[in-house]
Amino acid sequence: MEYFFELFLGGLTRGSIYALIALGYTMVYGIIELINFAHGEIYMIGAFTALIVASLLTMAGMDGMAVLALSMVVAIIYAGAYGFTIEKIAYKPLRQAPRLSPLISAIGMSIFLQNYVLLAQTSDFLPFPSLIPEFSFMEPYEHVFSSSELVIVVVTAVSMLVLTYLIKFTKMGKAMRASAQDRTMAMLAGINVNRIISTTFIIGSTLAAVGGVLIASHIGQINFYIGFIAGIKAFTAAVLGGIGSIPGAVLGSLVLGWTESFATGYVSSDYEDVFAFTLLVLILIFRPAGILGKTKTQKV
Amino acid sequence: MADKVLDVKALTKTFGGLKAVDSVDLDVKKGEIVALIGPNGAGKTTFFNCITGIYTPTEGDVLIIPPGEDPERINGLKPNKITSKGMARTFQNIRLFGNMTALENVMVGCHCRTKANIIGAIFRGPSTLKEERETIQKSYDLLKEVGLTEFVNEQAKNLPYGAQRRLEIARAMATDPFLLLLDEPAAGMNPQETRDLDELITKIREDYELSILLIEHDMKLVMNISDRIFVVDYGKKIAEGTPREIKDNPAVIKAYLGED
Amino acid sequence: MKNLKQSILISLWFIFLTFPLMVIRVNTVEQEVEWRWMNMAFIGVGTFVCSYIWRYLMARKEKGGNEEESKISWHQTLTTEKKYAIPAAALILVIAFIFPHIVTEYRINTMISALIYVVLGLGLNIVVGLAGLLDLGYVAFYAVGAYSYALLNHHFGLSFWACLPLGALLGAFFGILLGIPVLRLRGDYLAIVTLGFGEIIRLILENWNEFSFGPSGIANISNPTFFGQEISRSGGILFIYYLMIALVIFTIFVVNRLQNSRLGRSWVALREDEIACQAMGIDRMKTKLAAFALGATWAGMVGVIFAAKTSFINPASFTFLESAIILSIVVLGGMGSILGVILAAFVLILLPEELRAFSEYRMLIFGASMVLMMVFRPQGIIANVRRSYEYHGLDRAEEAK
Repeated sequence: MEYFFELFLGGLTRGSIYALIALGYTMVYGIIELINFAHGEIYMIGAFTALIVASLLTMAGMDGMAVLALSMVVAIIYAGAYGFTIEKIAYKPLRQAPRLSPLISAIGMSIFLQNYVLLAQTSDFLPFPSLIPEFSFMEPYEHVFSSSELVIVVVTAVSMLVLTYLIKFTKMGKAMRASAQDRTMAMLAGINVNRIISTTFIIGSTLAAVGGVLIASHIGQINFYIGFIAGIKAFTAAVLGGIGSIPGAVLGSLVLGWTESFATGYVSSDYEDVFAFTLLVLILIFRPAGILGKTKTQKV
Repeated sequence: MADKVLDVKALTKTFGGLKAVDSVDLDVKKGEIVALIGPNGAGKTTFFNCITGIYTPTEGDVLIIPPGEDPERINGLKPNKITSKGMARTFQNIRLFGNMTALENVMVGCHCRTKANIIGAIFRGPSTLKEERETIQKSYDLLKEVGLTEFVNEQAKNLPYGAQRRLEIARAMATDPFLLLLDEPAAGMNPQETRDLDELITKIREDYELSILLIEHDMKLVMNISDRIFVVDYGKKIAEGTPREIKDNPAVIKAYLGED
Repeated sequence: MKNLKQSILISLWFIFLTFPLMVIRVNTVEQEVEWRWMNMAFIGVGTFVCSYIWRYLMARKEKGGNEEESKISWHQTLTTEKKYAIPAAALILVIAFIFPHIVTEYRINTMISALIYVVLGLGLNIVVGLAGLLDLGYVAFYAVGAYSYALLNHHFGLSFWACLPLGALLGAFFGILLGIPVLRLRGDYLAIVTLGFGEIIRLILENWNEFSFGPSGIANISNPTFFGQEISRSGGILFIYYLMIALVIFTIFVVNRLQNSRLGRSWVALREDEIACQAMGIDRMKTKLAAFALGATWAGMVGVIFAAKTSFINPASFTFLESAIILSIVVLGGMGSILGVILAAFVLILLPEELRAFSEYRMLIFGASMVLMMVFRPQGIIANVRRSYEYHGLDRAEEAK
């Protein structure tokens, strides 16, 4: 039973991270119907930026929560900036192009960013400092649920709440929902759709950066390739929940997190990634609309 | 009754709770031009999509009776099957293969009447070559029929608007239909182009012994060329009859102009 | 003046953007920081210049590329007019035959790799370029071919010649097996599913030790024989080189014929508009499946040759990166264009070999050029021109009647 709980909580942690990344996919897809392949790379860049900032601060003699907070802030700013720039370069000029074009552009951007970090930094795994402190009140439960896992779950939950507030109750959120429904109509109603799209990329990137910093600190190492696998899995989660749907992305992420956790715990850990990919393939074949998504009929 | 080519009985299509098409009966007789009219959003295109297999009807029967053959129920068949049974269509918002030439567009239309396969394509045996020659000839003749010979090797997306509409008709004709469905063929055309279209439709009916079912908003065109007219509003059929009968039908006037 | 200001701002923005990653490098073990200020200068100047180029290209694109299309280009004359096409082809053939006798063995080997990518590119071109199905797991079929030769040879001692058609068949079989469930999906979902499938195959090869010998792979795969005769190692390389030349010629022949056939037209039509295509009586699934299976067949065949060439394979040769390289060959060459794909394969594979300094930046440039190509020249280096047919003859004959 304790093993079950450990796997359950492990799945919850995994799922939280996937959710932070999956939201970026789902929001972007909701507005411009594009699978932003480069999104996983944003997550990776967020983690690298945080690593650099945290190392500098630690060397300068700071420690504890201040390092975590500062490096998180810098990572968020940079991830947002990258998300914004990528959209302007690789997707905006392709708004009117056939569907395949932005998709190929996105794949190209993903390859470019991976190799940019590889060349600018290193191809090796870098140790990532564990920025999240050990809480004393968590000590009795440490063997099933660590402090960093707790922080991940809590931060994710808070981020979700903030995001829901932004989308449900602010003017910008309303404009975002309108643009997702019908871009042309939103434009005619006086919404600056380009700005909304940029905002969407920035918000998505920000969340991915939060995920990147948390997981890097939890696992303790990063390299230029972490974004690729994480990106695909988060995308799986987004599709699982129903792409374009925000609660769907969270639900899908949790389902995927638990599936992976239990499958590796009870079946075999060799095939960890195979479970996710198999789930992805099965979902797309049998229920492409996802758990919460609606099947769209095509206009003729 | 024996000379019907299309017989639709109590066709219903619902989307969620909305009845887009509600128990509509419609028939087309051999050699007839029948028009389906109604205000915007009345369910005309949905009706088309149901009988051409793009949507599966919720209820009702769609029967086709190819000349000299037995009636066949085609509900829920795939669009390509329905086309190969002899019912071809055009689209309201032009759906040509933009990057292919006009001729190639029509050649694609010949697809279901030809049969060269991978092996044939690679080895290009005598039968494949013959078939290819015939396809080119047939397609060229069709382009001539609709008056597009000057655009043969032009990419479809570069054609003028009216020419694109006519190319769609030629492409549909290439599937050798006995019934041709035209979805707003005159949409966006100027009066001159509409008059030309009027002539074209009458001409192809005679040259190819076709029956034609069309959706159209241009009343002048409809009144000119139709033998019979069906009127739908809110998914329901509200009238049917000759152009003259329809012109004076109070229900139709009400549907178009509103109460009073 | 406005442009200058804008370019300065762009340059500053990129300096800011790349600052942590390009300038700072921390060594967490030694607790040392390396500041690379030169990089900052490079970025600043580089992006400044690039912004001018970008603006120029954008302006040119907006003016419309139509003028360009109407001009008959050199490659079109070269490929369609017999007067030029035959001597050109003959010249290339002669060079291809002499080539291995005047260069080192190393060069022959890289040329073989390039030819392998030419065939892979042409195979994927059927799927992506003609039929418009974005397949990101193409390398899986390549792996199927390579492993089928390696395993059949290892366990049953099957010869290269027996495995070549088997590899092609197995490729086609897997293509159909995967194609049936996934080809119903819309374009972008298809891309992801094929990517997932490609990764599944690779992960299985990596983990299922009893079947595939895991990450260590399979070594000592036999060389091909020549009419039952064993060939020496250097002779083997020469042999594979000529075999690849033959395969390239065969592939060009087949793709060219397919392109202008009933099936080829229905692929292009399907790429342009699926719904209209079905309304023309084309069976969507069958047509897609044909493209998918044909592409997979070629990948399977080349896989066998690849295994024979290297005589050692492991899962590391079949990562997503390979799929991405093949895809970028197709994209850069020009989707649907045979000549374009061949040129792109040579440029992308041979250039990094020749310029060693450049090879490090290979993937970086691949990625960037995929983006730039899509933005500025989506038709690729060499655009695929639809064949025009001659009818004047037909028309006159009719008038004479």
